[in-house]
Amino acid sequence: MTTTSVPAVHAAGLHKSFGKVHAVRGLDLTVQPGEVVAFLGPNGAGKTTTIDMILGLSAPDQGSVSIFGHTPRGAIARGQVAAVMQTGGLLRDISVRETVQLNAAMFDSSRPVDEVLARAGILEIADRKVEKCSGGQQQRLRFAMALVSDPGLLILDEPTTGMDVAGRRDFWTAIRTDAQRGRTVIFATHYLEEADAYADRIVLVRQGSIVADGTAAQIKNLASGRTVKASLPATERGLLAGMPPAESIEYDGGRLTVRTGDSDAVVRYLLNNTGAHDVEVAANNLEEAFVALTGDDAVPESANITFEGDLV
Amino acid sequence: MSTATAIQDRKPSAGGVNRTFLWIEIKRMLRNRRTIIFTVFMPAVFFFIFGLSNKDKLLPNGHSYGQYILISLTVYAAMTAATGAGSQVAVERAQGWSRQLRLTPLLPGAYIAVKALAALTLSLVAVVAQFVIGALAGVTMDGQTWLTAGLVAWLGSLVFAALGLFVGYLMPSQNVMQILGPALAILAMLGGLFMPIEIMGETFGNIAKFTPAYGIGQLARSPITGEFDWAWIVNVATWLAIFVAGAAMAFRRDTKRV
Repeated sequence: MTTTSVPAVHAAGLHKSFGKVHAVRGLDLTVQPGEVVAFLGPNGAGKTTTIDMILGLSAPDQGSVSIFGHTPRGAIARGQVAAVMQTGGLLRDISVRETVQLNAAMFDSSRPVDEVLARAGILEIADRKVEKCSGGQQQRLRFAMALVSDPGLLILDEPTTGMDVAGRRDFWTAIRTDAQRGRTVIFATHYLEEADAYADRIVLVRQGSIVADGTAAQIKNLASGRTVKASLPATERGLLAGMPPAESIEYDGGRLTVRTGDSDAVVRYLLNNTGAHDVEVAANNLEEAFVALTGDDAVPESANITFEGDLV
Repeated sequence: MSTATAIQDRKPSAGGVNRTFLWIEIKRMLRNRRTIIFTVFMPAVFFFIFGLSNKDKLLPNGHSYGQYILISLTVYAAMTAATGAGSQVAVERAQGWSRQLRLTPLLPGAYIAVKALAALTLSLVAVVAQFVIGALAGVTMDGQTWLTAGLVAWLGSLVFAALGLFVGYLMPSQNVMQILGPALAILAMLGGLFMPIEIMGETFGNIAKFTPAYGIGQLARSPITGEFDWAWIVNVATWLAIFVAGAAMAFRRDTKRV
């Protein structure tokens, strides 16, 4: 019955609208067991809506989701997926230990309560009332609750919102330690540094669809690259075939735009081998790339960059 | 610790009623000071105000006023307890707990069943507390009467557990009992729990027969009045059906949206 070849998450063609707002627009996502994936995008990009659909908390208007080959509800019943939500989900009038006991009681088999409390780093405050816990402690409690069923997939929705720097670091250390045991982790965040520091793979979302998908290193390459622009006679377009490798080449109305990790080589080639003129070179930084790719007024679909396949 | 097993397929959990859940629910209710004030303290105060000075008087129909008011206020205590317990779903929805539970195997029906059982536990506490206070204050009844009246008040409170769930799913309020508390007092008065229906006048007496506390009150007092009317059973069954249907409808609306 081992199903290691089954993806942890397979979401296909997800759409979700709220009234006139088309929050998720044809999102496809496949996550393999063991991956740690950051779902990175600005507020309102559709991250939470997507996570709700993956967890079966809301039904997609179109598309389908499977978790380890089951429906979201089926995966929850089997304890194969758990989530740490942004806010709420805690009863204020019971203790930390009671909260985890209660959650554990819902599953036919679960990890020992003190073990998950220890792993979330809250064993010493086990008898504290939830309402007396700080935001960071409550977040660790949500993490402990998520661990009781020993799920193969852990989903975290902006888990460090409202935490101070130290709390954030401690929280991620606990998650990271846990993920090293082979758990699949998907976390939504709008912090670039978090995605960079803790994910093996970054999925950039903007306005309800994926605009970039690759390893953290690939996203960084994109970020550290430069954009070369030049005017080039239409008759010389054929010469572009001999140009050094670039991430993207666009030619529109006599104007050439090249995104590259090696702008020197591209400029040298253009000046030596073509009649290119009015050459401009502009640097992208990580922040700019992120804003360009995910901002609401970002360039539309044609700017989409996918690393899968062609670049790897 | 093996997370390798996490990737293997597993059997789904049953998601039914479990003892830990029920026990923590009961503990939560008994620890809640406001709940205890509503279910034990207030009905006791009412008994001392309305009942104590008149306890040895007789009603126009010849029955003991003390017995009448004690049983009636016990029904009131049980219904307040059960409504309060049921309405806690409003607080749990507001805190996002219902949503959290949807990430566990727990079946919605099991959640409702636990809420109903917890409500019955609290209303049992209310009935026993009220009877103890009444007995200490000198109200005497034979054993059969204590038992029958107590059972009717206790089991009849299920009608109000359903009302609590209904309102709890309908309203987002954290303070749902601040609205339900006065509403229950009005229902109790109209149902003849604060004063005998016979002295309410004809108009109110007729209205009373269609209110949800009426049937349970009449049935609970039947051991002392020696009367029985199927209309009382119809009253209880009808209100139970209305509140259960309302709760089911509000619940479905809620899970679709959250």
